[in-house]
Amino acid sequence: MTFNGWLQIAIYLGLILAVTKPLGIFMTRVFNRERTFLDPVMRPVERLVYRLSGVDENHEMHWTEYAAAMLLFSAVSMLLLYLIQRIQLHLPFNPQKFAGVTPEHLAWNTAASFTTNTNWQAYAGETTMSYFTQMAGLAYHNFVSAATGIALAIAFIRGIARRQMKTIGNFWVDMVRSCLWVLLPFCVIGALLLVSQGVVQNLKPYDTTKLMEPQQVQHINADGKPAVDAKGQPVMDTVATQTIAQGPVASQEIIKEYGTNGGGFFNANSAHPFENPTPLTNYIQMFAIFAIGAGFTYTLGRMTGSQAHGWAVWAAMAVMFIAGVTVAYWAEARGNPLLQGVNQQVTALQPGGNMEGKEVRFGITDSTLFGTVTTDASCGAINSWFDSYMPLGGMIPLVNIMLSEVIFGGVGAGMYGVLIYVVLAVFIAGLMVGRTPEYLGKKIEAYDVKMAMLVALVFPLVILVFSGVASVHNFGTSGISNPGPHGLTQMLYAYVSGAGNNGSAFGGLTVNTPWYDTSIGFDMLLGRFFMIIPMLAIAGNLAQKKYVPPSLGTFPVTTPLFSALLIGVILIVGALTFFPALSLGPILEHLLLAAGKTF
Amino acid sequence: MVRLGQSPGRPRKRAVWEGKIVWRAILDSFVKLDPRHMMGNPVMFVVEVGSVITTVLLFRGRGDFAFNLQITLWLWFTVLFANFAEAMAEGRGKAQADTLRKARSETIANREREDGEIEKIPSSKLRAGDVVVVSASELIPSDGEIIEGVASVDESAITGESAPVIREAGGDRSAVTGGTRVLSDQIRVKITSNPGETFLDRMIALVEGAERQKTPNEIALNILLAGLTIIFLLAVVTLQPFAIYSGSPQTVFVLVSLLVCLIPTTIGGLLSAIGIAGMDRLIQHNVLAMSGRAVEAAGDVDTLLLDKTGTITLGNRQAAEFIPAPGVSETEMADAAQLSSLADETPEGRSIVVLAKERYGLRGRELSSHEMEFVPFTAQTRMSGVNMNGNEIRKGAVDAITRYLANHGSEMPAEVQATVERIARGGGTPLVVAEKTRALGVIYLKDIVKGGMRERFDQLRAIGIKTVMITGDNPLTAAAIAREAGVDDFLAQATPKDKMDLIRREQAQGKLVAMTGDGTNDAPALAQADVGVAMNTGTQAAKEAGNMVDLDSNPTKLIEVVAIGKQLLMTRGSLTTFSIANDVAKYFAIIPAMFAGTFPVLNALNIMHLKTPQSAILSAVIFNAVIIIALIPLALRGVKYRPMSAAALLRRNLWVYGVGGIIVPFIGIKLIDMLITSIGLA
Repeated sequence: MTFNGWLQIAIYLGLILAVTKPLGIFMTRVFNRERTFLDPVMRPVERLVYRLSGVDENHEMHWTEYAAAMLLFSAVSMLLLYLIQRIQLHLPFNPQKFAGVTPEHLAWNTAASFTTNTNWQAYAGETTMSYFTQMAGLAYHNFVSAATGIALAIAFIRGIARRQMKTIGNFWVDMVRSCLWVLLPFCVIGALLLVSQGVVQNLKPYDTTKLMEPQQVQHINADGKPAVDAKGQPVMDTVATQTIAQGPVASQEIIKEYGTNGGGFFNANSAHPFENPTPLTNYIQMFAIFAIGAGFTYTLGRMTGSQAHGWAVWAAMAVMFIAGVTVAYWAEARGNPLLQGVNQQVTALQPGGNMEGKEVRFGITDSTLFGTVTTDASCGAINSWFDSYMPLGGMIPLVNIMLSEVIFGGVGAGMYGVLIYVVLAVFIAGLMVGRTPEYLGKKIEAYDVKMAMLVALVFPLVILVFSGVASVHNFGTSGISNPGPHGLTQMLYAYVSGAGNNGSAFGGLTVNTPWYDTSIGFDMLLGRFFMIIPMLAIAGNLAQKKYVPPSLGTFPVTTPLFSALLIGVILIVGALTFFPALSLGPILEHLLLAAGKTF
Repeated sequence: MVRLGQSPGRPRKRAVWEGKIVWRAILDSFVKLDPRHMMGNPVMFVVEVGSVITTVLLFRGRGDFAFNLQITLWLWFTVLFANFAEAMAEGRGKAQADTLRKARSETIANREREDGEIEKIPSSKLRAGDVVVVSASELIPSDGEIIEGVASVDESAITGESAPVIREAGGDRSAVTGGTRVLSDQIRVKITSNPGETFLDRMIALVEGAERQKTPNEIALNILLAGLTIIFLLAVVTLQPFAIYSGSPQTVFVLVSLLVCLIPTTIGGLLSAIGIAGMDRLIQHNVLAMSGRAVEAAGDVDTLLLDKTGTITLGNRQAAEFIPAPGVSETEMADAAQLSSLADETPEGRSIVVLAKERYGLRGRELSSHEMEFVPFTAQTRMSGVNMNGNEIRKGAVDAITRYLANHGSEMPAEVQATVERIARGGGTPLVVAEKTRALGVIYLKDIVKGGMRERFDQLRAIGIKTVMITGDNPLTAAAIAREAGVDDFLAQATPKDKMDLIRREQAQGKLVAMTGDGTNDAPALAQADVGVAMNTGTQAAKEAGNMVDLDSNPTKLIEVVAIGKQLLMTRGSLTTFSIANDVAKYFAIIPAMFAGTFPVLNALNIMHLKTPQSAILSAVIFNAVIIIALIPLALRGVKYRPMSAAALLRRNLWVYGVGGIIVPFIGIKLIDMLITSIGLA
C-alpha cells in the first residue's frame, strides 16, 4: 500500500462528496418538476414524448398503478430485446454479419439481464452482438433500466415525504425525466471525454492486423477440447493476425457506469483498452458509478425536509465503502504469501502485490478501488479479474453485493435498498426507546415491517436456494474451473451477482449453459421485481399516513448514532444470512491458503 | 395517598419467583406444548417442530446417541422454558384474579319491587336498571349509582385502600362498585351492570389475561421475528448442500441445533410474557387498562393534559391576604370577607373565615344572630354572599362583581382593578368583596403547587412529552401557576368543549394525547383522548369512556402510566436486539464445530477454544435455552427506564443489549463448555 494509492482513494471520495449536493439538488428539482437550466432544451422533447405516447403528465398514480406501469414497461422492453437479439442478422448495422443470438436460453438470459439493470453477460459482446443490438437493444436498456431505478427511488422518497396522500407520482413522467434530465446530458459530455482519451466510437467493420510476433497456441478441436497428437503432445497452431473489434463504444461506455449497468461492449469490459484506455478514463468511470447514488442521499434529505438525515445515510455508506476498499486494497497489495522468493514489493518499476488478473496501467489501487466501487453500487463493470484476487480481496466484492448493494448503490436501487434497512433499523431503535417506531414523522407499523421483511427475504431465498441446488448437481459443479472452496465461491458469486442485479462475474465459471442461463435469468428477475413490489407497497403505505411531529422522545435519524445503527443492521442482516456460505467459500480458502493449500 | 401493599384483597407487588405460581407455571408449560397453542408464536413453533424431528430420529437410533439425546432434550427444554416464561407471567395475573374472585362471591340483594316492597334475591339475578337498598355492613351486590343517601364505603377489595370513602347521590361521587362494603348509613342504588359485565368481572378477566390480544407493535415485532426465522431457515437448509459440496455433510441434529440457536428464540420465548407483565405492572400501580393497545399508546403519548386542581396544585386554594380598597380599613374589609363566607362550606370559604380569625381576631359569629340570609353561589350570578339588615355583601370573581356594581349604578375603582391584576399575574386568585355600590377590597386566594411537580415536568420534557395544565382560572392566574409549576402550556377558563377542541387540535397534528378525568362532563374528552385514565371515584360514564381506570384516583399517576408504556416497548426492543446480537457468538461456536473435522484450519474461527465439536454445539444449544430462564425476571420487571432523551436512551440500550448481547454469549458458551466437558457430558 502506498501513499499515492491512499491519495487516489481519498481524492475519489472527495469528488463523490463534492458531487452529492449539486446533483442532489438538481434531481430534486427535476422530479418536483421545478425549473432547471435544461428546461429550454428538454421540455419540448418531453412534451413531444407525452403527446406521442398519450401520457397525461399531471396524472398521479397509486402505488399499485405505479408498479403495474413499471412491470408492463419492463416486460415489453424485455421482449423487445429478446426479439432484436434473435433477428439481428436481418437488421441494419451488422458489418460482421453476426447471426441471431443462440441458443435461446442465452438470448433470454441477456434480455432478463439488461431489463433488470444487471448486465450479467453470458456472451462475448464483440463476437455475438451486432452494432444495432448493442445500440438499440443493450444501450437502450442501459438508459431505461437505470431510469426505472431512479423513478422507483423517487417514488419511495415521495412516499416518505407526502402526508395523507394516496399517490406517489407518475411512473412515465419520472422515467422520461430521468432519461432526459438526469442521464442523457451527463452521458453526452462523458462520452466525449472518453473519446478524447481514445475510447472508440464508430460503426466500422472490425480491422485485421498482422501480429509483429506470430504466436503459437494449442489447437482447439471441434468438441472444444485442446488437441493432442498420437504421442500425447499438444497440436499447435500459429496465429499471425489479430482481429481488432470496433464499434460505438464511448456512447455505451459512459451509461454503462453512470447507469450502474456494467455490461461491457467487449468481453473484457473495462479492462479492454478501447473501453477504458487510461487511468483518467478509469477515474471518470468510477466517478460515474457513484455519482447518482451519492446525489440521491441529498435528494432524500431535501425532499423529506431533513437534510441532516440525508448526510447521515451518506456517512453510513461512506464508512462501509472505506472499510471495503481498505480490506481489498490491503489483501491485494500485500501479495501472495505462497510466492516465496518472488519480489512483490512496490518499486518504481513494478506495482507490487498480487498483480495476477489486473491491468498494468491500473495497478493495485485502481483495480481494487474499481472492484469495490462497482460492487458497492450494483454496476458490475470490471477492470480486473476477481477470480485471481486473494481470497479475502475477492471476498470484498462478494460481501458488498451480499449487503444488497446499498453502499451508494445502483442508481435508485441503492437508495430504495438502503431505505428498507433504514425502516428495519428505525423499527428496532424505536422499540428500544419506548415508542411506536417513527421514520421522519411516519409511524412504522406491522404492514411496513411485513413488506420490509418480504424485501429482505428475497435475497437469501433466491441466492441460497439456487446456489444450494447448483452446488450438489453436476449441471452446477461442471461449470466451475477450480475445485474446493474457490469453486463454491464462483457459484455463489454468480447468483449473488445476479440477484443483486450487479452483473459482475467472479470469473472462472462457465455460465452459458442451459442451467446457468435459465437459473441466473430467474435469479435476476426475482432479485429485482420481487424486491420492488413490496418496496413500492411501503412507499404507498407511508404516503397515506399522517405526519407525526418529532419530539425529544423520537429517535433522531440525523446523528452519527443513527449512521452507526444503520451500518450495524446492514452488516448483521447480511452477515447472519451469508456467514455459513462464506465460511465454506472465501474464508476457508483464505485459511487453507495460509496453510499452503491452493485451488 | 396510600399506595402499595397492605390489604390482602388487592393486587400487589409480587416477588418474581413465588412458589405457588412457579409450580402452576411448570405444569402449564407442558400443557402449552399443544401445537395449536404454539402456532401463535412462529419462532417457538419452529423450535417445537425441530424438537419433534430430532426426537423421531433419535429413536431411529443412528449416530452418537448420547450427544443426540442431549441435543434433543435441550431443544425440548428451549420450548418448555419459553412456555414457562409465559405461564409465569400469566400465573401472577391468575393469582390476583383468585383473590378478586373471593370478593365476587354470591350475596343476597335487597331489590325494590315496582310496588316499593323489598324482596331478597341473589345478586347474580340483578339486571341493569334494578334498584337495591344496601345498609351498613352489607356488601354492595353489583355496580351502580347511588340515587339516594350518603354512605361511607370500604372499597379495599378493589383498590386495596383501607380508609373508607364517602359516596353520595348526585354529583361525581355517586358510583359504587359491586363487592365493596357499606360501613355506615343506608343507600339506594340503581344497578348499572348486567351479571358477568361488572367492573369486578372485567377486572378479573383483565388480570387473568383472558382477553389479551396482541398489540399493534407486538404484531409488527412478531412479523419481524417470523421473517428472521425464515431467513435463518433458508441459511441453515441451504448450508447442507454447501456442506455436501465441501465433502462434510451434517447430521440433522447439528443442523436443527444451528437453526434453533440462530432464530430469535430469546425474544420469541419471552415476547408474550413481556406483554402480560406490562399489564401486570400497571395493575401493581392500581391502574386497570382495558386493552393492551392503551398501554402501548401510553408509551407514545406526546401531550399530557393535567387538571390543575388536585394534580398540579393541592386541592384547594387558601386565602392569604385581604387587600382593602382605598378608603376602607383592613378590619372592615376582613369583617365583610368573613361575613360573606360564613355559610360558604367550600375549602376556600373556610380558609377566608380562618384567615379573618387568625390575622384580625374576628371570631366566627353565630349564624342565626344577625338575621342573615345567605346567598349561595350559582353558575348564573357567579357570586355568593349574605343579605342582612338591608345590606348586601357579595364576593366573586372580578367580572362578576363589576357587573354587580354596574347593576347598582357604580363601578369598580381602578385601584381595586390594579390589585386584582397584580394578584392574578402572581398566580393567585383574586376575589372581590363588595357591598351594593362600594367595592371593599380583594381577597388573595393562593394556589399551593404540590412539591416535586416541577421536577416531574422537567423529566417529561426530557423525554419529549408536553404538559398542558387545564384550569377554569382566568388566563393571568393560569399563566402564573403554569410558570410556578413548570408546565409547558396551559388552557385557561377551560370548558369541556375547550378541552375536547384542544385534544382534537393536538391529534390533528399527529400527536397522541393522554388525560385524566372523573366527571361525567369529562367523558367525551376521555373517549377522544388516546389514553384516557378515569378515576375510580368518578362517575360510571367517565369510567366507561376512558381506556384505563385508576383505582387510587390519583391523577398524577398518568406520568407512571406513560413510563410503564414506554418500558413495555423498550423491553421488547432491547431483548430483540440482545437476541439477534447473540447469534454472532453462536456462529463462532457452531460453524467451526461443524466443519473442523474436514477442514482443521477452520478451528481458527473457534475463538472460544471450545473443547470438542460436540461440546461446542451442545454448549451453544444449552446457552440458548437457559438464557430464556435467566431473562424471565427482566421480562417480568421490564428493562430499567430512566427519563432521558431518545438518543441517550438508545445509546444506553445499544451498549447494554447490543454490545452486551454480542459479548455475553461468548462468555456464557465458554463457561457451559468448561462445565459440561468437566463433568463428562460431551
